[in-house]
Amino acid sequence: MDKMPAWADAVLVPLISLILAALLSALVIIAIGESPAAALKLMVEGALMRSAGWGYTLYYATNFIFTGLAVSVAFHARLFNIGGEGQATLGGLGVALVVLYLPWPHWSLALVGASLGAAAFGALWALIPAFLQAKRGSHIVITTIMFNFIAAALLNYVLVNLLKPAGAMDPASALFPSATHLPTFQQMFSSADAPLFRGAPANISFFLALLACVAVWLLIWRTRLGYEIRALGHSESAARYAGISPVRIIIVTMLISGGLSGMMAVNTTMGESERLVMNATEGAGFIGIAVALMGRNHPFGVLLAAILFGFLYQGGAELALWTSIPRELIVVIQALVILFTGALDNMVRMPLEKLFLSMRKGST
Amino acid sequence: MTDPAPAIELKGISKAFGPVQANKDISIRVMPGTIHGIIGENGAGKSTLMSILYGFYKADAGEVYIAGKRTEIPDSQAAISAGIGMVFQHFKLVQNFTVLENVILGAEDGGLLRPSLAKARGALKKLAEEYELSVDPDALVEDLSVGHQQRVEILKALYRHADILILDEPTGVLTPAEADHLFRILSGLRAQGKTIILITHKLREIMEITDTVSVMRRGEMTATVKTSETSPEQLAELMVGRKVLLRVDKKPARPGAKVLEVENLRLVDENGVERLKGISLDLRAGEVLGIAGVAGNGQSELLEVLGGYANATGTVRVNGRAIALSGKDCTGQSRRADGIGHVPEDRHHEGLILPYTAWENAVFGYHRDPAFQSGPLMNNAAIREDAKGKMARFDVRPPDPNLAARNFSGGNQQKIVLAREIERNPDILLIGQPTRGVDIGAIEFIHQQIIRLRDEGKAILLVSVELDEIFSLSDRIAVMFDGQLMGLRNAADTDQRELGLMMAGITEDPGDDSIAAVEAQLAAKNAREAAHHG
Repeated sequence: MDKMPAWADAVLVPLISLILAALLSALVIIAIGESPAAALKLMVEGALMRSAGWGYTLYYATNFIFTGLAVSVAFHARLFNIGGEGQATLGGLGVALVVLYLPWPHWSLALVGASLGAAAFGALWALIPAFLQAKRGSHIVITTIMFNFIAAALLNYVLVNLLKPAGAMDPASALFPSATHLPTFQQMFSSADAPLFRGAPANISFFLALLACVAVWLLIWRTRLGYEIRALGHSESAARYAGISPVRIIIVTMLISGGLSGMMAVNTTMGESERLVMNATEGAGFIGIAVALMGRNHPFGVLLAAILFGFLYQGGAELALWTSIPRELIVVIQALVILFTGALDNMVRMPLEKLFLSMRKGST
Repeated sequence: MTDPAPAIELKGISKAFGPVQANKDISIRVMPGTIHGIIGENGAGKSTLMSILYGFYKADAGEVYIAGKRTEIPDSQAAISAGIGMVFQHFKLVQNFTVLENVILGAEDGGLLRPSLAKARGALKKLAEEYELSVDPDALVEDLSVGHQQRVEILKALYRHADILILDEPTGVLTPAEADHLFRILSGLRAQGKTIILITHKLREIMEITDTVSVMRRGEMTATVKTSETSPEQLAELMVGRKVLLRVDKKPARPGAKVLEVENLRLVDENGVERLKGISLDLRAGEVLGIAGVAGNGQSELLEVLGGYANATGTVRVNGRAIALSGKDCTGQSRRADGIGHVPEDRHHEGLILPYTAWENAVFGYHRDPAFQSGPLMNNAAIREDAKGKMARFDVRPPDPNLAARNFSGGNQQKIVLAREIERNPDILLIGQPTRGVDIGAIEFIHQQIIRLRDEGKAILLVSVELDEIFSLSDRIAVMFDGQLMGLRNAADTDQRELGLMMAGITEDPGDDSIAAVEAQLAAKNAREAAHHG
């Protein structure tokens, strides 16, 4: 055996990476003359100590769960879908069209319809890169990234020329009908004497995200399709031997991945802004890559990593609000976390593996 | 009179990779002017030992003596200056350099090439005369046959004044005729006082050429014996650690109806090269048809086409019914439905998903069977149970279905694949290289399974590059060369020599035993091909 135990791989490696990123961030904060301890306290208090803070953290986490799952599913087939941003953008368009142009008597039905619309639009946006990869061998990384730009331009056109109500100044759709407004955590969990999640955007789509985690887990590890997806990801030649069609698996996997990215828009567009705006995705498509990396492409890991990144987003906003730490530095801190947990994974893993090996040798 | 100092003496060499002890306290003496064989199964530590001797690895403990002198070998440069030359299994030649350029590569005498080339030309001429090592010094390596490329490797070592030559599995890529020639070269080198270490897993070669032989098992040197005082049976027992049956016990075949008919099968690969040039053959129930040939002559493509994952033209009938050779119905799935099982040549890249557990692998390819589904999900409990039974019946060790396939030894991995394919009870079983990288103990078991299947009336198409294996299992033997079948023989009516000629693409027997005649034919053939390509 040349491996360390699974728990160390899943828990210890990300944890140490995280601590390293935090230490480096602390140095940066010291360098600009602020106190890292105070900054951490502010982040924790702002993001985790009040229910409203949690309301923001979980709102961001919802986005990251969807995009993180999207990247994970594709990655099991060894496809690197970095088009989450574009797929989520189109998902938003799907939500807006479904909600604005179909009559919905109740939010619950609208939620189902909007989810389907978001997933369908996101999936279709992933279909073209998938087809090009499967049939023509055009690399999916290149095509999905190009489709992010096309999506942004397309949404711009649609909002300005088609969806913007007459006379409105900003490039956004009309407000969604009030019957389709999703219940927020504030509405769901507050009582008259105990107000909770006041003003926070977290809404019922967080539970949709949890449901998606379970569904993805079932898909990958319990269904025939998941078995075939993983088989293709591990070895295309073996998949062909077994009669698994790479073309079919690549396309189906990317449809699922795109659909998951698209569903993120239910949270942002329907749950929060309640109309379609430009740049509603706020980079969540890219954060999804880091979330998937850190979460080891496992839905439970994705969930935890998404909450961590939600905390960084919300805590970062608090820092920008209350300290002289500029907004850009918060991006630096987030980038450090991504760098350590994602890109520099082996830097932590290799020494740790050696350590475990020498410990085992010592004990036997 | 005292004995001369051994050419090489290793004392107490140990080397560990992590927790794996690759070499454990190995001591060995190789006398000058002898051929010393080192035999052992895959992973026994032969290559590690030689890599230490050649300076690729540093031993954790132990000493190396060359010609009686304690020598440190920190890198391959040091090995070369100590007079050690190594011929690797995979040649280290620059394909688009000439023979001469390859020989001086790394041993140039200065900034200008011309004097070195002239010197090498003279040296090569002398070596060629001395040792029957003739190679055209101005030929490009890429135009040479594999056997000639190997000679260039030997020449490289001799040009660097090697007195000790290590050859790692040198015959793996050679036809029998080429192997014979190699052995004559080695005998010539021995006669001139060179010392040769021959690493191999083939008992026959050890018996044929070596003076002494050392057996390695699990990182340890289990014995060193005089070749003349041992037998293949004894060596096999030393390698495996128990008695092994080298010959397969089998009754004569009772062939039944034709179950597979192949007519004029052609395949052109994506580079436009014709890999199969009109293959026609029949396969009957209850027989083993062996396809012999040097690797890369279309055997893999034949298996891929019959296995349903390469497109071809021609006709293939299974039980009288034509099956699709391209399009939607040409998949591994449809072949399985047609009753064709397939143990592929490359279990690492085709037969198994290495990170998958044994139970996941035990249904690979048959995972759409409704018996393994429950509603929309896979019935993992049923699959695991099924895998447990298969592993018990095929003696897979350890019998743990939750272990990832990559953690099993080669032989046990192969047993998982065999169990999966055989237990689906196919009419036709395609088997490619059933014992490649498999330990002797497992070879015995695998061969017995194949014969058992034959006796149950199944039709078996066996592709192997090991002639011994072809002979011990097949009832009829076809030889593939350059995408064509060179002929079909009853196993009882042919011998290694005839097949060896066919493997080199020669159908008409040259009549006398002279290798020169064969070589002349080969050269003529190569020239024809070169002209054709030009």
